[in-house]
Amino acid sequence: MSSQMSKSLYVTRVSRASSVAMVVGALIALTLIAAPWWAGRAEMRLMAEIFLYISLASLWNLLAGYAGLVSVGQQAYVGLGGYALFGLTMLGGVPPVPAIAVTGVLGALIAMPVALLIFRLRGAYFAIGTWVVAEVFRLTAAQISALGGGSGTSLSPAIIKSLADGRDAREALTYWLALGLCLVVIGAVVVFLRSRAGLALTAIRDNELASKSLGINIWRTKFFVYVITGGLTALTGALISLQKIRISPDAAFSTNDWTAFVIFIVVIGGIGTIEGPIIGTLIFFALRQTLADLGTIYLIILGALAIGIMLRAPKGLWGLVRERFGIELFPLSRRVRGQDD
Amino acid sequence: MDWLNAIIQGTLLGGLYALFAAGLSLIFGVMRLVNIAHGDLIVLAAYLALSVVTATGIGPLWALVIVVPAMAVIGYVLQRGILNRVMGEDILPPLLVTFGLAVIIQNALLLGYSADPQKLDAGWLETASVKIGPFALGLLPLLTFAVAVVVVWGLQWMFYHTALGRAFRATSDKQDIAQLMGLNRAHVFGLAMAIALAVTAIAGVLLGIRTSFDPSIGGSRLIFGFEAVIIGGLGNLWGTLAGGVILGVAQAVGAKIDPGLQILAGHIVFLAILAIRPRGFFPRIDG
Repeated sequence: MSSQMSKSLYVTRVSRASSVAMVVGALIALTLIAAPWWAGRAEMRLMAEIFLYISLASLWNLLAGYAGLVSVGQQAYVGLGGYALFGLTMLGGVPPVPAIAVTGVLGALIAMPVALLIFRLRGAYFAIGTWVVAEVFRLTAAQISALGGGSGTSLSPAIIKSLADGRDAREALTYWLALGLCLVVIGAVVVFLRSRAGLALTAIRDNELASKSLGINIWRTKFFVYVITGGLTALTGALISLQKIRISPDAAFSTNDWTAFVIFIVVIGGIGTIEGPIIGTLIFFALRQTLADLGTIYLIILGALAIGIMLRAPKGLWGLVRERFGIELFPLSRRVRGQDD
Repeated sequence: MDWLNAIIQGTLLGGLYALFAAGLSLIFGVMRLVNIAHGDLIVLAAYLALSVVTATGIGPLWALVIVVPAMAVIGYVLQRGILNRVMGEDILPPLLVTFGLAVIIQNALLLGYSADPQKLDAGWLETASVKIGPFALGLLPLLTFAVAVVVVWGLQWMFYHTALGRAFRATSDKQDIAQLMGLNRAHVFGLAMAIALAVTAIAGVLLGIRTSFDPSIGGSRLIFGFEAVIIGGLGNLWGTLAGGVILGVAQAVGAKIDPGLQILAGHIVFLAILAIRPRGFFPRIDG
């Protein structure tokens, strides 16, 4: 009986939907990589912004949705990345592209002592602790007079020109950097969640006590996630500041732009799923393109929508789809299948 | 002498921070809820007072007669209508819902009152001072500190000497058992939020008399209150008052060194205390 079972049944992460999704995803990625040849400047800027928001949302989702580390202070790393890029290029004379890579390392390094400190706060108090850290970063940035203090500064034309020859090449490069980062972030999250550490993380999310008793080092797993997220968020921040070409403490460390929007995106799309942040970002931008004229009402609508979803469908839109149809686009959860399935 | 003066002014400022923190501390103590919208509710109270003052022409302190019950009702409705539906083991839903509320309140205030800074005018009270030795102590900061002491004492008394306080403590200890003993959890939570927002109303009005305010300042008020709670130690209201004083003194001394350092100094002292005494100075309950 048991030998028969092992012959006819097997466990896999791949489903027909996920295989199709991967092929379609690869085609979309190729089309997007070719965008400089088919899209206009404005579209490319918009798409780059979308990619950077997908990165931020995916990273916050990994932190809050998978690791249970609900941060409302990720703007600390967005601003840090921006200020690090400006500091390295304008004060340190480092060429922009290597400088961007350094910001990621810097973000991860700074995340370590921060984690040591704020991991002492539990649950919801951890959230406000992250906010305090972001405020400390913002107020510190406002003290750096070499980068314009409280009013900020612009990236000098010489540095912008050193990116690439000609405006088209520069626009294409910043676009590819944003797209590349977005693909790397999504890829990293998928690979991480499929790894041993990712399994531990999912176990912690499902039941902290049980996973602890199975020998999972909860503190270390969460620390690792926080540090990696810090590094990649700083990298995203560096690319955001490169797009804006200007930096100021209030914009670079904005709670609304880099935390409120990101949280709404993830909640609406579906927290704790990889697809959620991507779908949420697309909805967010669709709403923004249509409702942006409404200004503050737009934010009120977003907030109300997020609360409504939290009350009615806590798993977000993708959670509803998955419950209804059992689809998963990324090959993550294991399923038992028969041989001729 | 200047330094001593800074410390005294900081201590009095700490009274205001303790008022920011008391409501936060109360609802965390009773239902383990951290309300991200707390700071924005403080600002909402200040704006309510502004509307009452403009409409009736009475002084801002008299406006408390209307603002305190109004905020209490808002608190009860908010808790029973929305927050009770997301209370549970998982901390994520209440956190995200209160975060959404914070954004809604902030932008609704922006819509209703614009981004222009406003102030509550309390006339002579703002400039009156008492001279004690070489120090001139503002009457308003003194009054604020006294109110903070009375509020903390009142909450403490309510907790340990009234039936309602017993219900709060019972729910705080074990929600299920309290429910079995005939307490209506939803109602108890509603009352806790009502009292927390009544305190918030007092804090908001005193804030509005002391400094100018605009819809965007809620976040940092939440942070000050939170820092006072953590420095003092979770679950201890007198500790929260001490935490507020420590924070106020840190800010006043920081401002004395360099005006740009005021807020930063407070945060740094908070982080330093978190590093050496993660449970605060007088903890009673676990986070």
